[in-house]
Amino acid sequence: MTAETIIQSLASGLLMGLLYGLIAAGLALIFGLMDVVNFAHGEFLMIAMYATFFLFAYFAIDPLLAAPLVAAALFVFGAVVYLLVVRFAVRAKANAGMVQIFSTFGLAIVMRGLAQFFFTPDYRSVTHSWLGGKTVSVAGIYLPEPQLVGALVSVVAFIALYFFIHRTDFGRALEATREDAGAVALVGIDKNKVFALGWGLGAALVGLAGAIMAIFFYVYPDVGASFALIAYVTVALGGFGSVFGAFAGGIIVGLVEATTALILPPSLKSVGIYAVYLLIVFIRPRGLFGSM
Amino acid sequence: MDTHFAQRRRRDLIMAGCLTVIAALVPLFVKDVYVQNIMVLTLMYAALSQSWNILSGYCGQISLGHALYFGLGAYTTALLFTKFGVLPWFGMLAGGAISAVIAMALGYPCFRLRGHYFVIATIVIAEIALLLIQNWDWAGAALGIDIPVRGDSWLKFQFTRSKLPYFYFALALACIAWLVTWWLEDSKWGYWWRAVKDNPDAAESLGVVVFNSKMGAAAVSAFLVAVGGSFYAQFVSYIDPESVMGFQFSLLMALPAVLGGIGTLWGPVLGAVILIPLTELTRSFVGGSGRGVDLIVYGTLIVLISLALPRGLVSVFSLRKEAAR
Repeated sequence: MTAETIIQSLASGLLMGLLYGLIAAGLALIFGLMDVVNFAHGEFLMIAMYATFFLFAYFAIDPLLAAPLVAAALFVFGAVVYLLVVRFAVRAKANAGMVQIFSTFGLAIVMRGLAQFFFTPDYRSVTHSWLGGKTVSVAGIYLPEPQLVGALVSVVAFIALYFFIHRTDFGRALEATREDAGAVALVGIDKNKVFALGWGLGAALVGLAGAIMAIFFYVYPDVGASFALIAYVTVALGGFGSVFGAFAGGIIVGLVEATTALILPPSLKSVGIYAVYLLIVFIRPRGLFGSM
Repeated sequence: MDTHFAQRRRRDLIMAGCLTVIAALVPLFVKDVYVQNIMVLTLMYAALSQSWNILSGYCGQISLGHALYFGLGAYTTALLFTKFGVLPWFGMLAGGAISAVIAMALGYPCFRLRGHYFVIATIVIAEIALLLIQNWDWAGAALGIDIPVRGDSWLKFQFTRSKLPYFYFALALACIAWLVTWWLEDSKWGYWWRAVKDNPDAAESLGVVVFNSKMGAAAVSAFLVAVGGSFYAQFVSYIDPESVMGFQFSLLMALPAVLGGIGTLWGPVLGAVILIPLTELTRSFVGGSGRGVDLIVYGTLIVLISLALPRGLVSVFSLRKEAAR
């Protein structure tokens, strides 16, 4: 193992990690806003990837151009999911935690079933795109372009999210609702509207991630399951309640995954991520930057 | 109040006895192998969910990684039998004991975690075990273990001609899990667990050793689930990592209790009796085409029941009783 291979895999690990951060951002945002873990998050990613694939297959729209469209579609979808399902789940008078877990989990199963029904279980892929299969070489290190652009999108998205939360009225409404949902009603903010927009925004972020993932990853009904667990670990590592913890969590997950792949057989690369999660929460039970 | 509670417990016991007798008689009238198969699975899931309910329902430590103990039970029995010729009955006890010890060893660091951090830790630990077994060549790696059929015998716990022995064993397992829960409900442990679930800090200050309570619940729960896993290995006579330790199993174990009524005595039974036949029937009637209709039906049901009846299906019965009184 030369220094070059180590740097090479750490660099691709970092890029993948930034993408994991982007995938997890929506999950972290929704949790931070209303303490709900969306167990259908992986399926949100899955439909975003399908949307990207079909825009490519039927309208020859490149995934990069499709990304904003997919994000917009997912925004609507996320808001609708809140209004139709989650709104009722958070009202549950008993076993609130259970109801949230299993209502969103049931939704995940329905989405997977619908994907199988309409799109068949076949693996599909975006066969050619502007970035697909291309690499750039920086100082002797080869970086795959889809992951590189994905990482850039992730960084930009997190910066935008920062300004959005801290500098806009809607962002302030989000923060206020998060702190005291009862009090905001007194100043005329409709809690349900804020939550619906929060779900929309969270879904739009995962939509963005899905559009980029579709460039270099197969699209199939169960694809979300493979990334959902990584997304939960990413958010928990950073600490529930902290959106920017997810950014740090993503980077750690990407680097740990790349390091594990250097030492252990590829089929065990996730073991490293899971072990690091356990190690960190055993030492810091609230994750790295968690507020609860 | 006390007498009312004692009355209820006696009524529960009598009802369980009656239901067991009725269930035991059903195979005399139902000879269809397909239906018998569904009944075996229903009883197995009732037992598993009842065991899961001890840790997650009564003690409030939501585990979505119980597939670990199920898989440990299945693998211990299958490995001991195929590699060393140890009879499944001993394998069952060994699997249970190993699982209980592992549950406590894992509980030691994990029970410091709360809420979602705990839930994710349980998922992640089961997933690590799954990946390790998938890469463990001696244990058959991803291909799994084929348990050789050596003829019908109670000694080897293998039955090729009839499903009835499996049925009665599964019934016994469900009864044991129910009785253990029934007994624990009114024991010192039962009260401790409910105190830990409702408010761990208050429980601690009143002298409940929260940590030990959780460890006890984890050990009992893991032991029973592992016995269920051993049974399953003998029942299907072929196991592979994904089919006994996959995340799906952790959910399938939790769902009957959640839908029936989490932290209740009858919830897991009621949930399993409704959910498992429904799953199997939708799968064979509409799911055969591989078009996912079974998933759509199943998922919709989970969403609707969890939203409409947060206390589970048992709440429908208790509401009626309240109204009648």
